[in-house]
Amino acid sequence: MNSTDNNVVDIRHLTRRFNDKAALQDVTVRIPRGQVFGIVGENGAGKTTLIKHILGLYRAQHGSVSVFGMDPVKHPKEVLSRIGYLSEQPDFPEWMTIAQFMNYMAAFYPNWDRQYAAQLLEMASLDARKKIRELSKGQQARVGLCAAQAHRPELLVLDEPSSGLDPVARREILAAVIRTVVHEGRSVLLSSHLLEEVERVCDHLLFFSNGEVLLSDSMEAVLDRHYQITLRRPGQLEWQALPGVFNAVADNGEWQLFCFADIDQLTGLLQLQGAQILDTRRLSLNEAFLARSSQRHTPGRIA
Amino acid sequence: MNLHLTQHSGVPPYLQIISQIKQLIASGRLNVDQELLPIRVLAEKLLINPNTVARAYRELETAGWLYTKRGAGTFVAAGTTAFSAETCRKQIRERVCALLVEAAHMNISVAELIKLIREMGNDLGKGDKES
Repeated sequence: MNSTDNNVVDIRHLTRRFNDKAALQDVTVRIPRGQVFGIVGENGAGKTTLIKHILGLYRAQHGSVSVFGMDPVKHPKEVLSRIGYLSEQPDFPEWMTIAQFMNYMAAFYPNWDRQYAAQLLEMASLDARKKIRELSKGQQARVGLCAAQAHRPELLVLDEPSSGLDPVARREILAAVIRTVVHEGRSVLLSSHLLEEVERVCDHLLFFSNGEVLLSDSMEAVLDRHYQITLRRPGQLEWQALPGVFNAVADNGEWQLFCFADIDQLTGLLQLQGAQILDTRRLSLNEAFLARSSQRHTPGRIA
Repeated sequence: MNLHLTQHSGVPPYLQIISQIKQLIASGRLNVDQELLPIRVLAEKLLINPNTVARAYRELETAGWLYTKRGAGTFVAAGTTAFSAETCRKQIRERVCALLVEAAHMNISVAELIKLIREMGNDLGKGDKES
């Protein structure tokens, strides 16, 4: 690890095009050690493309990617041996038993801890003698999760690990995330559509849309600064000029403003402009996500 | 220390922890000088980011509900909260206001509400430590 920086991942101005479509557009991301870093965004927003750059599966076309201070394309062995990775659809050799699969995985990782691997399997109530083919989808995900942790990776990368899983398997994924940061101060990168889970476990949120970073902030700020304001005000409302307001809907003489701002400052400003504040309500991550997503689908100006 | 986080409630997890710990203290299920679960233990139990638990503890400490002993842990503080009387009144007023609006919607009279509050207050006074 480069001693001068405390970032596990350091991505600068990364741009990636597939044919003519920009999958990533000038993305800068730093993941500090010890954090749970959440990535959210609609399907096709660029989450998996970003993760593939971190794993060294894609070479940076523009900009730079550094993981543990190294280029993952130039140093795949050094980088990947310190990462634990679980994707939505893990590609298992299905004919193997769990025990054979764990042995197979152990060969890739110098730090593989057999005792810890056995312990993880036991915690996940998995019988190592069973063939992977015989397992349910949830059980297969648990095998993948055990395999992603048994070398105690410095960075656990989970790419939509909970998609389509039952609540028990999802719980175990959350437990693995918390265990990773609680016990050894290691880091987690979690990409997910399950915003309640992201809200619960993440320190930092990166919100992607169309390959661009729409928002990157601490989860605390994301939850404290997203508000819906209901107000009444005669005449037009030039909401685009208001600091932090990213969407507005006119509704029967009332306005619904969606903002990411210091709520006291913003309502103070609105009152100075003659608005009557009827209600302010904090948005959950889910609501903030929806409000921000619809922002792209509404016309710029609403009469 | 039995806490539950509900999803889809719109209430951020740290605020849920805060209100539930206050509830446990107010109802006598957590006693003065009793030690709270360490941050990491509660985080693993609730499957929640440890910084969220730390934030809840910190805010409860600032508000006078808890105190910390260096290297020893977090404990329930004695007696009153550290808010000024004015702040306390303001906060209670806001809640009563919301309650009155909701009650009016549900056709529950103020008299009925007062009766309910008195009953629940008596129950709290008994301190249901067994439950």
